[in-house]
Formats: sequence, C-alpha cells, structure tokens
Amino acid sequence: MRFALSTEHKDFAASIGDFLSDVDTAAAARGWAAGEQGPGLRVWRGLAGIGVTGLLVPERFDGLGADAVGLVVAFERLGYHAVPGPWVDTAAVLPMLLEDELLAGVASGETIASIALPPHVPYALDADVAEARIAVAGTRLRAFTPGRPLTSVDPCRRLFEVREGEVLGTAVDPPLAFDTGVLATAAQLLGAGQWLLDAAVDYACRRRQYGREIGRYQAVKHLLADVVTRLELARPLLHAAAIAVRDGAPSRARDVSAAKVAAGEAAALAARTGLQVHGAIGYTAEHELGLRLTKVRALVAAWGTQGLHRRRVLDAVTGTAA
Amino acid sequence: MDLELDEQATRFREEVRSWLAENVPRTPLASFDTAEGFAQHRDWEARLAEARLSVVAWPREFGGRGASLLEWVLFEEEYYAAGAPGRVSQNGIFMLAPTLFSHGTEEQRLRILPPMARGEQVWAQAWSEPEAGSDIAALRSTATRTEGGWLLSGQKTWSSRATFADRAFGLFRSDPDSERHRGLTYLMFDLRAEGVRVRPIPQLDGEPGFAEIFLDEVFVPDEDVLGEPGEGWRVAMTTANNERGLSLRSPGRFLAAADRLTGLWREVGDPADTALASRVADAWIGARAYQLYTFGTVTRLREGGSLGPESSVNKLFWSRLDLELHETALDLLGPEGELRAERRWVDGWLFALAGPIYGGTDQIQRNTVAERLLGLPRGER
Repeated sequence: MRFALSTEHKDFAASIGDFLSDVDTAAAARGWAAGEQGPGLRVWRGLAGIGVTGLLVPERFDGLGADAVGLVVAFERLGYHAVPGPWVDTAAVLPMLLEDELLAGVASGETIASIALPPHVPYALDADVAEARIAVAGTRLRAFTPGRPLTSVDPCRRLFEVREGEVLGTAVDPPLAFDTGVLATAAQLLGAGQWLLDAAVDYACRRRQYGREIGRYQAVKHLLADVVTRLELARPLLHAAAIAVRDGAPSRARDVSAAKVAAGEAAALAARTGLQVHGAIGYTAEHELGLRLTKVRALVAAWGTQGLHRRRVLDAVTGTAA
Repeated sequence: MDLELDEQATRFREEVRSWLAENVPRTPLASFDTAEGFAQHRDWEARLAEARLSVVAWPREFGGRGASLLEWVLFEEEYYAAGAPGRVSQNGIFMLAPTLFSHGTEEQRLRILPPMARGEQVWAQAWSEPEAGSDIAALRSTATRTEGGWLLSGQKTWSSRATFADRAFGLFRSDPDSERHRGLTYLMFDLRAEGVRVRPIPQLDGEPGFAEIFLDEVFVPDEDVLGEPGEGWRVAMTTANNERGLSLRSPGRFLAAADRLTGLWREVGDPADTALASRVADAWIGARAYQLYTFGTVTRLREGGSLGPESSVNKLFWSRLDLELHETALDLLGPEGELRAERRWVDGWLFALAGPIYGGTDQIQRNTVAERLLGLPRGER
C-alpha cells in the first residue's frame, strides 16, 4: 500500500498551478460570467496544451489515457483557480459516454461539451459555448439544443434548460459517467475550499484590528483550524474514490459519494469561514472571494445533492442498495 | 497510488483475525476501572502477550514482533472489529514505552518493557496537577536530590488508571528556581511506595477511572529517571509527538463503532427520518476518512516524513467524530438511548465526552494547528 500522490502527479498539479497562476483566471471568470468567453477559452486551450482536456481520452484519440487519480489532481487545481467552463462535462464525463473521433477534439481542446444527465444533472452548463451538446436518457444519448437560460448563484455557471432532439447512439457507461462527474466536482470543491482557506489565512496575517493582526486572536485561529481539519480529512476520501473509479471497484458509487459529501461540507465551511474572516470586503463582488463562495454553493448542488450522496453511502454500507 | 496490502501485511492481518476470533472473551470483561475488571484485564493482557500480540510494533526482545506501522494499524482495526477488550495497559504502551525507546537506557528498557507487555506491571500517567491541566509547564510537584535518588512531593490529578495500577510516570520540578519548561525531570515511581496516597475519583460513570496522587517525600532511585535530570520537558515532548502514541490514534475504534452504528440503523432506523439517516451516513464517512487519512500518514512516515502539527488535526477530527457517532447511536435508540443497559453505546458516549478534553484540549489543538500548520502569528491566550 502506498496511499500518497506520486511525484508525477505532484509535478502535474504544479505545472497546472504554475500555468493558472500566470494567466489572470479571475478576469477570465468575470469575462465568462459577462458572456465574453475569449479569455476563458484561451485558458481552456492553454490547459489542453498541458493535457488536462485529454486526461481520460484514450491514446488512440490522441488523449493521455490517464486515469481518475490524474483527473482529481487536475480538477483540484481547476477548482483552486476558479477556472470557468464546462470542465466536468468535457474532460471527465464525455470520455465515459462515448468512444469516437469526437474525443480527439476534446483532447486537442477544440471540442467543448455540455452534458445533461437527468434527474441529478437536469440543466446544461455553458451550452451556448459547447458544440457537443448531449443529454443522457437511460443508456441512450440524444443531442439537445439549449432552451431558456437559467441564472445560477455562481454567475460563471451559465445554465440552460435542455430541449432534447435526435438520438445519437448508445452510451458506453452512464453510471460510470455520472460517478466520474461526481468525482471531478468533488475535486473542484476541495480545490475551491483550499483557496478559500489560503486566502483567509493570508488575510488574517495582514489585516490589523485593535492594534494587532486578527490572526493573533484565538477566535479567528480556531475557525481556521476547523476548516483545515475538514479539508485535510476530505482529501483522502477523494483520492480513495479516484482509486475506486480507476480500478472499477465495487465500492465505486459509495466512495465517490463519500468524497462529494466530505468535500462539499469542507468547502462550504471554508466559504463561510473565509467570508467571516474577511468581513465586509469579502462580501463585495470586487473581491475574488466571491468567485469561490458562490461556486462552492453551486457545486454542492450540482452532480447530485448532498442528500442523494449521503443516501448512496448509507445504502451501500447497510447493504440496502437497489 | 494504491490501497492494496502486500502479501506479508495480508498474512499478518489474517493471523490476527483468526487469533482474535478464537480468543476474544464471549462475555465482555468487567470495566477495568473496578478491582475485578482490572484483574480480568491483566489476564487478557497476558494472553495477548503469549500470542505476541500485546505490543506488535515493539522489537522482539521486549515482547513484540517488530511489526511495521501499517501492520500496527491493521492490528488495531482487527482488534476493534473483533470487539476485543479495552487495553488497561495503554498508558504504559502508548505513552511511556515510546519515551523509553527514545530516551531510556538499555537497562531500563529490559527491566520495564517486558512486564509491561505481559500486563504484570500496569502503568498510570501522572501528567496533570491541580494548577497545571492543559498548561503542563505550570506544574509544581517537586523532585529533591537525595542520596542515590530523588524525593518526590506534591500532588498529581486526573491520573488515569492510578486507582489500581502499579506504577506511574510524570514530570517533576527538580530545580526549585526554574520556571515553566526548564528544570523539570521525567520520573517513574511506584504507586505503592511509602509516602504515596492515591485517592480514587469517580468519573461520570461512577467508576474510579482516574485518581489524585499525593506524594510526600517519596523516594525514587536514580535508575528511575528517564533521560537527563532537568531535561524532562524535552523527554516528555517525545511522548506527545510519538507516532505510536495517542497522536496517531488508531482508526480501528471509530471504524468498528461506525460499523455497529450502520448495523443499528439497519435494525431500528426509520428510513423516513432523513435527518438521522444523514447523521449515520456522516458518521460512517468520517470514520472512513479517518482511516484513509491514517493510511496517508503511515505512507508519509514510512517514506521518512515526521508527524508534526498534523497530529493535532487528527485529534480535532476524531474527538468530534467519536462524539457525533455515539450521539447518533443514542438518538437512534430512541427512549432506550438513556438506559445504562445499552452499555456499549452509553459507555462509549461517556468515554467520547472526554475526547475533546484529554491529551490536550481541542482548544489547545486548534492553537497548534493555526500557528504551526497554518502559520498564523502567536498571540496572548
């Protein structure tokens, strides 16, 4: 047993992190929210260049043929930097739904997908930017056109109602596609939570009140200690879930659900605490905190609610799964 | 990255599992905080030792079998899963022994560890004092130099197992002019020596799980000083940080409790009670998270890392998990949840209540995490 990320995975995370630190992801996210997707698409193509879009794409379609561990490593970074776009749909879910030339476009960064997977994923994310628009109905794949636009609490998530159209074919593995979407979402949540913690720690070291840094006060310290505890204990669940997805373990559904619940709770606590530590400045749309605050709330509801995932865990551990 | 056990670890786990299946007493032993239960637990420790399962991670010469850290974790998982008795020797095994391995002399190890491993000599910890609880450095009990040894005077309190144990270990101020962390000496003493008076203190369950120890010029020979005189604080810190001590609390206990909890849910849970269902799910998720976190720590330690403030993250997580897990079970039991007849859950809950207090309160742990892990500035308390 070696339950730790490999050097390759750490290097991969670092290279994604370096790239995203160099581009202005906050501006890209704000542009995306305003319907100016140019900067966001440049980030997309840059990440495709380091292999992020092609992670799960088989090598015969010019992908990396990597596995779910690589996926969570990458998606944690995407969540950390609040990268906009239908990443889960395109890089995590689509390669589990079909095996054709479309995936070559995904790997190269040219093809962007938006996927509806009702009942748990009823709305289509960024369907106006995506050219591959696919709804999963049972084992069948249908094309859809974006219907009425919906407004997410996270302005960077442009959601649309789904108008199903022609049948495209049969899905390869819808349950695996769903679980992979859940896994990637959990990774994003954990990354966003980590950013919220880092930002709050940084602010607590600089911001002075009553003549000293607020990070000297126990009341602030204890809030942040609870956040890091939650995040640290959610991460191994995420990694174990990635292993279960990679290995096709019987515990896969249980493990990805446990990861989503824990990452969601940890990120939500990081969000509330981050806002409390920042005070009013964190409540403004001008501060970067808001980009994660609202995203965390949206991602907690996306790809299965906490209630759904807790039920899946409980069903699995009590042997009452359908 | 993987979670698969190698052949050796798998074999070891199988051996432990089958031994426990055959040997764990069918009727639970009486509480080790009663005279009768204490004697039963001593016998159990001896039986474990015969199978070389009382201290698996120790070297062979002291009664162990040189098991790896991972094997120790697996042992503990099996131990709790089998519902085996609590360890009356745990203060000695997890707190004193690691310190002896780091700072003791070969003579001390050979004299003290084998009888500890066999349950012949059961140790109590004597850390706290009435004025020094979380703030151990404020202690006042003294050790005064005398011919061939030291004379101990003062008072210790909240001393777990001291009512029935044989010996105790703790820190004493050996330099009367010293302050705080300086001038302390780590000493071991006989609880039945002349000048020692032990007053049992009943805990919430009514049993004398801890005690006050009054010391009046109790003689301790030089051979029972652990480390150098005056260096007691540094010596004690090893105990606090040792990976096999309480800082790396075995996940076995929580996993076993979580499995019992999900079993209870299956038996008596009302599927319509979604609030309670969520708490059961969260308890299981928490226990699993803690197990995996421990596997990560084991991997890191094996690759040359050390345990630092992460052990405070550990403590914060499990102390809360343990409480939530037991409270969920009691809620699930409904009106029966208040009955002492539900011994396992009620006793477990009473024990879990102490988690955020002992071994460094959760408030102390949060300070440690904030300052040493997150790098926040130190401040007045």
